[in-house]
Order: sequence, then C-alpha cells, then structure tokens
Amino acid sequence: MMTTSLKTMICTAAMLTLGAGAAAAQTDEKLVVNGETEITTQAPAPAHLDGALDTIYSGWEFRSPATREVQMDDFDNPGMIFVDQARQVWNTADGSEGKSCASCHDDPAQSMKGVRAVYPKWNEDAQEVRTLEMQINDCRTNRMGAEAWGYTDKGMTSMVALISLQSRGMPVNVAIDGPAQSTWEKGKELYYTRTGQLELSCANCHEDHYGDMIRADHLSQGQINGFPVYRLKNAKLNAVHSRFKGCVRDTRAETYKPGSPEFVALELYVASRGNGLDVEAPSVRN
Amino acid sequence: MAEGVRARVKVPGNATAGESVVIKTLISHPMESGQRKDSDGNIIPRSIIHRFVCDFNGQNVIDVKMEPAISTNPYFEFEATIPESGDMHFTWYDDDGSVYEKTETVTVG
Amino acid sequence: MELTRRGAIALGAGVAATLVLPIRAMASADAAIAEFTGGAEMGEGGLEFITPEIAENGNTVPIEVRAPGATAIAVFATGNPTPKVATFNFGPLAGAQRASTRIRLAGTQDVVAVAKMADGSFVRASNNVKVTIGGCGG
Repeated sequence: MMTTSLKTMICTAAMLTLGAGAAAAQTDEKLVVNGETEITTQAPAPAHLDGALDTIYSGWEFRSPATREVQMDDFDNPGMIFVDQARQVWNTADGSEGKSCASCHDDPAQSMKGVRAVYPKWNEDAQEVRTLEMQINDCRTNRMGAEAWGYTDKGMTSMVALISLQSRGMPVNVAIDGPAQSTWEKGKELYYTRTGQLELSCANCHEDHYGDMIRADHLSQGQINGFPVYRLKNAKLNAVHSRFKGCVRDTRAETYKPGSPEFVALELYVASRGNGLDVEAPSVRN
Repeated sequence: MAEGVRARVKVPGNATAGESVVIKTLISHPMESGQRKDSDGNIIPRSIIHRFVCDFNGQNVIDVKMEPAISTNPYFEFEATIPESGDMHFTWYDDDGSVYEKTETVTVG
Repeated sequence: MELTRRGAIALGAGVAATLVLPIRAMASADAAIAEFTGGAEMGEGGLEFITPEIAENGNTVPIEVRAPGATAIAVFATGNPTPKVATFNFGPLAGAQRASTRIRLAGTQDVVAVAKMADGSFVRASNNVKVTIGGCGG
C-alpha cells in the first residue's frame, strides 16, 4: 500500500505541475498581427465535415500566451526573416531563361494575393491537383529553366511562406468538388485510416481529442492554415508535408514522402477542414 | 561564415532630440551550441555569434556577450537614446571570424 | 499492488536527478556568477527579471532584464551544461538599462540575473522556469 500511494502521489504531483501552467486549450484572445491584421482563428465547421466538428480552431488557439504573442508582431516572428530571404530570391534571376519570379509575376503583394487561400488546387493543363510547392517547381523547371527545389528544402519553404503571406487574413477556401473531388476523397480516406504500430489515424488525435493533453502539450485540430510554421522547437520554417511526415512517423509507420500523391491528397483534405479559418503564414508554434 | 546570414533591425526613422527609442534586432544564425551530436555520435563543433554591438554615431548603446544558450536566430530588444540625427550601427561577430553589419539612419527634427 | 518496473525506474531517475545533477550544475553556475561579480556580495531589489513560468519549448524561452542605473546585467541558466547565457553591457547611449532576448534551457530550472550597478555593487534575481515536454516528436 505504501508503494501504491507513493506512486499515486508522484503521478498526481506531476500532473498538477504540468496541468497548472500549460496553455489553456482554445483561447478567447483575438489574433491581431502588427495591431492591424485581424485573423479569424475560430469558425463554424465547413458543411462537408457533416457534424464531425462544430467549430474549427486554428492551432494558434492551443498555444501558450508567450508563443501566441510572438506571432502578433512581424518583427518578433522569426519566420519573417525567411520571408525576407525569399523576397530576395523572388527578384533574382535563375536558370537558362534568365528569368526571376518577378519577371512574370512582378510584385508578389499583387500577383500572389489570395493564392495560398485556394491551394492545393486543380490544374487543368496538368490534369492534377497541385500544391504551391508543385506549382513553384513547375515555374522553375518549365518557365525559368532552373533546377527544381527539393520539396521541403529551406528555399522552397521560405518561398511558400512569402507567397502565403500575401493571403494572410483571407479565409482558406479550397475547392473540393469538380475535378478535385477524387483527390479530396483519397485524402479523406487517408485522414481516417489508422497507421503504424500505434494504429492511429489523423482523426484519432485531431478530431477525437483536440484540446486534450498529449504529455505536456495540448492537441490541436491539426489545421494547416498557418503553414509554413516557425516552430520554437527546431527554430525554422516547417512545411505542411514535413509535419505530416512527423505525425505519421509518430504512429510508428513508414511514412509517405513529402510531395507524394498521398500527401498531396491529404493536404487538400486537411486544408478543406480549415475552410473558413484565415491564412496565418508564417505562423509560430511550439 | 554561416550560410545566408540575414539580419533584420527595427529602428524608428524619426525621433525627437534626447528621445529613448525601442530597437529590435533579429539575425538568422544556427547558433550551434557545441553540445549536440550528429547521427554518427560525433560532437558538432560550436559555431555561434558571440558578440553583438549597437552604436549610435560612434557612441555605444549596448554591447552583448553571447553564449551558446542564446537561441537560434538571435533576437534582441533594447532602448537607445537619440541625441541628434545620425547612424545607428549594428555589428554581429561570428566564431568563424565573420562580421555581419547593418546601418540605419535616424533623423531628429 | 506493487510498484511497476517503469514506475521504479522513473522514481529512481527522479531521485538521482534531484540529488546529483542540480548540485553539480549549481556549483558551476556559482562559479560563473562569481566570475562576473568577482565574488562580491549580492543584494536584492532594483533588478526586474521577467521569465515565463512555463516554457512550451526549452529551445526558445523569452526573457527580459531591467535594472535602472546598472552598467551591466548577466544572465545564468543554473541547470544548463554551461550556465552562462549572456552579459548585457550598457553604453552611454542606452535609453534604459533593459534588454530582451530568447534563450535555451535544458530543462526545468532556476535562471538567475545579476546586475552590476553604477557604484560597483551587485544585485541578484532568480526565477524558476518550468520547461514542458512537447506532445509529439513531429
């Protein structure tokens, strides 16, 4: 009996310690960036979720006050330094055609406004759903005569952040019907499929248990409206597919590759679960 | 030199004489602590920015001695007194001998 | 009921950690602080040291020091393998003797700030920061 009560005591103490200061799941605080850009971090769930969730929440809502605050000022947000780097690359010619991004797309503030909000998106010419990364590499190889970037390379993720920033504060609104529907359905199937030795699907954590503790952390809904995200953990911008890979690996499964058709389909489906939340990129998480 | 180091500084363009203004700086740098091991178990050698200095018109505002416990992409916020118009000069010193510099002009008037 | 093996290991590790590690780390932190103060006595007050009670990730912990009239403020992480964090030396054009930065903490520990005042005296402030373990390795 002594040992049992000792163990219980230790466990309780540990839980109290961790529970006491951990971020409260879902906050009433509003996300306003630079004191001017209001970001919608809670919205009614899109109809296609069919009651699986009532309200959708940005991952920002689940973080501690200190982490939330870093995203509220573009100078405090270290992700912006990589946006700066991408802005330089945007204006620098690369490849055999002597073109830069700016040669065709001019100022990203105009040409890329709203783009992130509707990606991944059906590409009629290619007859496939494309992510921003795929579209960037299409430009690089076919228009610029430059080498494709690695799917989750630093330069690629920084460029995605620069493009995504131009949609900040606009609601995510990816199309899931028409020609994109079959890809979306494939993504939905992956979302609900248990993988790995732990036999966990995306839904087991992010639909069934968001807001609950996983060790000393609050599970989010796994929304991707904030990607690319600067993580305090690894102090760099992280791509959506890197996060997917990390999650699937944590179920102790062999993961799909970033840029694979499976992850492209999953990205479309997960993005659609956030239809109605505003684009936040580059967001800040732990 | 650490690859593609880039600095951002936030300095108000205008001030009144004698005003104290808030300065923010951020520089991209891995700040390799010398405590980590690579996949083969070898220590990754320390490579950090070990000093940061801010001067205004040649007079010192702040001089920071930095250790490996400073986070990746070092960030500083502090205050500077602006006695007259002039240049605010920022310098970061890398372990590998590289020096990164940035200058911003502040106008009093 | 018996204590499970895992529980016993955790308990054993916990006891070892509380008994051994902090003492060793504290000794090297004390040495680092003495290097800054020259072994002088440290008072209290006049030094504000702002740290989060809980850090979501030990890699990036925001801190702020503030000591009107100080010439320098040094910060020490007593539980880090090397306790020195930073020394802020304030020049004649410092608008205030204050600075913020982001630091690495190897785990839950006391962080200490020591300010050197203009008259050569020293004051000290100490805060405990709990560093939580994230949910997923992702």
